[in-house]
Amino acid sequence: MASSVSGTRLDNATALGWYRQIVMIRLFEEAAQRAFRQGKIGGYLHVYSGQEAVATGFLDAFRDGDKMLTAYRDHAHALILSDDPNAVMAELFGRGTGLVKGKGGSMHLFDAAHGMLGGYGIVGGHIPLGVGIAYALRYQQTDGIVHVYLGDGAIHNAAFHEAANLAGLWGREGLNPTLFILENNQYGMGTSVERATAMTDLGAKFDSYGIEHEKVDGMDLEAVLECAHRVTQRVRETGKPYAVEAMTYRLVPHGAGDFLERYRSKDEVRQWRERDPIGLVERKLLEAGVVDEQRLGEIRDEAKRIVDEAVRFADESPEPPLSELHTDVYADTAG
Amino acid sequence: MVQALERSTPERSTPERTAPGWTAGDAESERAPQRSLVESIHDTLRDEMRADERIVVLGEDVGRRGGVFRVTAGLFEEFGEARVLDTPLAESGIIGTAIGMALNGLRPVAEIQFLDFIHPAMDQLMNEAARIRYRSNNDFSCPLVVRVPFGGGVHGALYHSQSIEAVFVHTPGLKVVAPATPADAKGLLRAAIRDEDPVLFLEHKKLYRSIKGPVPEGPHDVPLGLARVVQEGTDATVVAYGAMTHEATKAAATVAAETGASIEVVDLRSLKPLDEETVVASARKTGKVLVVAEANRPCSVASEVAALIAEEAFAYLDAPVMRVAAPDVPATPYSPPLEHAFMIDAEKIAAALRRLVAY
Ligand SMILES: Cc1ncc(C[n+]2csc(CCOP(=O)(O)OP(=O)(O)O)c2C)c(N)n1
Ligand SMILES: [Mg+2]
Repeated sequence: MASSVSGTRLDNATALGWYRQIVMIRLFEEAAQRAFRQGKIGGYLHVYSGQEAVATGFLDAFRDGDKMLTAYRDHAHALILSDDPNAVMAELFGRGTGLVKGKGGSMHLFDAAHGMLGGYGIVGGHIPLGVGIAYALRYQQTDGIVHVYLGDGAIHNAAFHEAANLAGLWGREGLNPTLFILENNQYGMGTSVERATAMTDLGAKFDSYGIEHEKVDGMDLEAVLECAHRVTQRVRETGKPYAVEAMTYRLVPHGAGDFLERYRSKDEVRQWRERDPIGLVERKLLEAGVVDEQRLGEIRDEAKRIVDEAVRFADESPEPPLSELHTDVYADTAG
Repeated sequence: MVQALERSTPERSTPERTAPGWTAGDAESERAPQRSLVESIHDTLRDEMRADERIVVLGEDVGRRGGVFRVTAGLFEEFGEARVLDTPLAESGIIGTAIGMALNGLRPVAEIQFLDFIHPAMDQLMNEAARIRYRSNNDFSCPLVVRVPFGGGVHGALYHSQSIEAVFVHTPGLKVVAPATPADAKGLLRAAIRDEDPVLFLEHKKLYRSIKGPVPEGPHDVPLGLARVVQEGTDATVVAYGAMTHEATKAAATVAAETGASIEVVDLRSLKPLDEETVVASARKTGKVLVVAEANRPCSVASEVAALIAEEAFAYLDAPVMRVAAPDVPATPYSPPLEHAFMIDAEKIAAALRRLVAY
């Protein structure tokens, strides 16, 4: 759903499109958590609540022909790129109408037709893939770029370091249009950045590989939008990798089945809640006089209808046929 | 057709089938406290750490968070951060540094959160840990334990369900165990920690809280390389390990009730070294063997056991050795019906067992 909005400011009526999107993502995640509690979604479920401004902002600059890979906290990315909440929710429910026919589930969304090249449950595993795709895009003389999202936990994995080095190296020749979006939500599971590395300026890790970088306030959609459009253009034009460290926060436990949060204080969470990206957007829109409370409420209702429909669709969708177990194994067993 | 060989192979003596000092069902077991698998592993690890300062625990979120499955809960508080190390998300680093610690006199017990995440550390395990003794004139040993939850049936899909134990069984220099009961978890963990070589300690995540059993208090050792005969029988044998032990036992009860057959169930417990004697003796006794693995079938532990029986008990067999194992597809699908179709359970084992008994 690359938006039709021009510009990156939250001071005009077209900006309401972003508001609808960011609210829809939050409501979608809340609906997914409810479905998890009801046992309709099983296994593992990792929602994006608190980080919506990052994917919403960066994927606003996503163009046809670009590619995107992320880790397992992938619902928002799939919602934005596939623009098909029904198919995303159906996948979470494991139904045959899901993005990957119910075979993947929450952490393993995939929608190649829309450049969504996967959510990956092996943390760090997708990063080299993104760098390779970026090489291929230049080799094929396209102007596509690759968005590689990764977390503050993933950056300590060897796969990241090997891939970043290659990106920097190939980028010297303009052969690596990878945009690394480091979603620093301060924790990898229960381990804070300070407890994971002695060099806590995570963006600076890209220096080692000759990759320029900057930080952005990942809770502020307007800041993310400005950054996203500027840096994607740069990566597109230069064919060189670039990294943005988006400072953000997960407002929910790591996984939907987690309750104990010994590693962070309630106070800390409360403080970050005050910077909830949705609240920030609302404030900006109201201050700019673009909307009133009532209109915001209407938009929230619209978003809610979309999500309710997605849940209904998922709930009523059929299970995949058992024959799917054996399809898509090799080229000659495609389903 | 190969001509039936004469049954000339001498009977092997039946090895001691239960661990010393512990026989399931005896008076001592009646008195022993009931523990879940997770409790048993936790308590054992804690007791071992109290007794041996060389033991350190390291892994992702094993400290303050107490581990994703809470196996290491409370260890950080009791033993401090020098002995319970929260690591960054870096599997190769976890295993590689643990090997280094082991080479220099410590007894590291590393945790990999899920067997699915061990792949980045394969190089360290297979190329370094497994070979260090062989390549160092026996100057170095690597007394390392890697604890890893494995197995499916919990809707974990692609990356939280894997059973790739056969890869490690195929790696000379490594030992691999997979306890099915809380008592065996205790005995095998103690043995693994005391062992001078690297041991992969596989914990079936579905069993963590779903089973309880008596766990003997005090020292209780189960030597590596000793299978457990869960129940004796004379008409057919089912060999299994991990969660499949329980499924196999259920299946055996069902088929025994239906057919009146007397079915022996063998829990391997130790995949490497494999208790060849117990397996072969059982095959020779019953003449019909079904081997069960939750892993993908080709080159699985079930394949290895089947090959062993073909070599060592051929003349005693009254039916071809059968395997029940997961289909040869790249992942456990997420969709519950597909996952169910993928997973091996008592029903599928019973279906095979009926055919075997009737053969
Ligand atoms: C290779 C690998 N190791 C460990 C895990 C278990 N695990 C899942 S998420 C996670 C933390 C990841 O943190 P981060 O990259 O910051 O992402 P966030 O959860 O904050 O979005 C860990 C350790 C995994 N999935 N894959
Ligand atoms: Mg994080």
